[in-house]
Amino acid sequence: MNVSSTFRVARLIAAKDLRVEWRSRVVTNQVLPFAVLVMVLFAFALDSDAVLERVAPGLVWLATIFSVLFLVARTYAVETADGALDALRSAGVDPMGIFLGKTAALAAQLLVLEALLVSAAVILYRADPTPSGTVLLVTTALVATVGLASVGTLYGGLAAGVKGRETLLPLLLLPVVAPVLIGATRATESAFRTNGIAVSEGWPWLGLLAVFAAIFSVVGAVAFGSLIDE
Amino acid sequence: MSSDGSSTPSAAIEFVDVVALIGSFPALAGVTMRIERGEIVLLRGPNGAGKTTLLRLCAGLLPVERGTARVLELDLTIDRDSVRRRVGLIGHTNGSYPDLTVTENVRFWGRTIGATDDEVASAMERMKIDGRLADVPVSRLSAGQRRRTALASLIARRAQLWLLDEPHAGLDAEGRDELDAVLRAAAAAGATIVVASHELERAGSLATRQIEVVAGQTREVGGGS
Amino acid sequence: MTAASVDTNRRERVTGTSFTRGLGAVTLVGIAWLVLFGLVVTPADVNQGESVRIMYAHVPGAWLAYLAFVVTAISSAMYLFRRTRSLVWDRIAGASAEIGVLFMGISLVTGSLWGRLTWGTFWTWDARLTTTAFLFITYVGYLAVRNLGGTHHQRARRSAVLALLAVLEIPLVHFSVELWNSLHQEASVVGNTDVTMDGLMLFTLFLGVIVFTLMYVWMLMHRQRSLTLQDMVDDIGLDVALAARRAEAGSS
Repeated sequence: MNVSSTFRVARLIAAKDLRVEWRSRVVTNQVLPFAVLVMVLFAFALDSDAVLERVAPGLVWLATIFSVLFLVARTYAVETADGALDALRSAGVDPMGIFLGKTAALAAQLLVLEALLVSAAVILYRADPTPSGTVLLVTTALVATVGLASVGTLYGGLAAGVKGRETLLPLLLLPVVAPVLIGATRATESAFRTNGIAVSEGWPWLGLLAVFAAIFSVVGAVAFGSLIDE
Repeated sequence: MSSDGSSTPSAAIEFVDVVALIGSFPALAGVTMRIERGEIVLLRGPNGAGKTTLLRLCAGLLPVERGTARVLELDLTIDRDSVRRRVGLIGHTNGSYPDLTVTENVRFWGRTIGATDDEVASAMERMKIDGRLADVPVSRLSAGQRRRTALASLIARRAQLWLLDEPHAGLDAEGRDELDAVLRAAAAAGATIVVASHELERAGSLATRQIEVVAGQTREVGGGS
Repeated sequence: MTAASVDTNRRERVTGTSFTRGLGAVTLVGIAWLVLFGLVVTPADVNQGESVRIMYAHVPGAWLAYLAFVVTAISSAMYLFRRTRSLVWDRIAGASAEIGVLFMGISLVTGSLWGRLTWGTFWTWDARLTTTAFLFITYVGYLAVRNLGGTHHQRARRSAVLALLAVLEIPLVHFSVELWNSLHQEASVVGNTDVTMDGLMLFTLFLGVIVFTLMYVWMLMHRQRSLTLQDMVDDIGLDVALAARRAEAGSS
């Protein structure tokens, strides 16, 4: 498989995934409301404006990571509903292209989700990013999303064909995304100036997020084929 | 379809003593068979005999546990990816995206191998799913229309070997006749077709040869061609 | 695995050999020695008192777990990148991960008991501790994937990829937790936890590492062989099932 055909397949798969979502609206109508609901429930559980303001960045990313589980499950439910993943395998479609395409589509959906969750934090938890904080926040979201989407696509593919995938996926995925949770939360704390942390203190955390994103997108692209293959 | 396949007298499928497992169960317990290019072969046999497993193995979806298996002159254990690109399997699932329209599905599968929109359009025309059905989501189609969408996808991605598992199931009489006509035309155009079915009178008249699958093994039925 | 490999002589079907029996005896003596030194001969620590004795099991246990996971990673790589695709490497990887999870569990328990006695708390978000906990869960997941079923080579390939991913994860998780932790120095439980070890205590700790490593090798050899036997049972089962399936054809 040459590079141009890999990217052609990736574009094809990503466009297909986004079109399926555009038609079915499962993520829009179910996953996004779930994520906002989690934010509201956090508010009930923590029950204090001061506490909420302090933990808002962590809650945004915790809600994101929980939602990733559903997004990954959904993106593979689309593939297994009528045996399309089998058909992709049996058609010998380049696995690296499948991985990159599904990761891109997942990332696009995640960015929408994160935008919604940050808005919820601003409205519900009184988070208040400055202009320079917003630049940091957007960069953080972009880099963290690449990492989350890669690792989600990778482990989702491993769990897609097996019994008990609903419970296996969180067990595999949640320990792996811990660095993203830590890095993105710290960077977002700076962006929100939680506890008076300066915006500039957030940028070093992007290094961690970038390393994570680089490792899992590259390893995922290479290893995806042997994980979905039987 | 490709002309190199029909001009040389070469085997589309050549199995010697092939064993394949589903979990730890030997669904295929030593299959030896040969299918020539351009043939339409019926695999018959009771449920659980291993027909579906045999088709999935030919499609490169299962590992060969023992024995040697060559499909389209390629060794399944070595060149599985090359085999897969030339083979199409339609089983109990159609491999479609139910939320997308017929055209979007066929175009998607065509584009996985870089087929042009013209090829896609002609594939849809051959399966009679152009026109009114073209923009209907697959989830709203009848079973027969879905099957024809899946076949159009096979044509669009230029599959040389078609592996069809119970293709007549769920179709009305008209749908069956249309399917048979389509399969004969495809075989005449150079495709090799293997059909697994237990509707003998229907599939038997279609096939040029029959192979019986019993308890994970195969045996020739009747004279053959 | 072919049918021929099943027909090995009976001696190869037990997991013990004279080497492992010798190793086992040496390990037992070592354990007795370690117990004697750890509980009786060494003195209590100036700061920690008697609780320091937990260290003689905790530190070797943690060391062993990391050793086991590194062995899992190396044998997984050997399986994936050697052309023979030998299942022996896969079984070593699996056996080693099982032992690693066991000892990581033990060191987590002993560590938190020690923490309770020394710091007054079972748990602190210390970088090393947190990484260990994540690693423990990661390898529990790895073992779950090993038990998903499928043929031996399916199992081997899937879990080998996962083991290599897990190893990549160790430095990432550790680094991120350490960074995270550096912001929280004021929050961590502070106390005089420095152990000033004298020569005898250091020797006992060292002895623990040696004895645990011997125990690891002993367990690994036995577990690898019992996994081999298990795979052989599967293969014999396959032969029996094949024969049954062929007979089924003859009778119909």
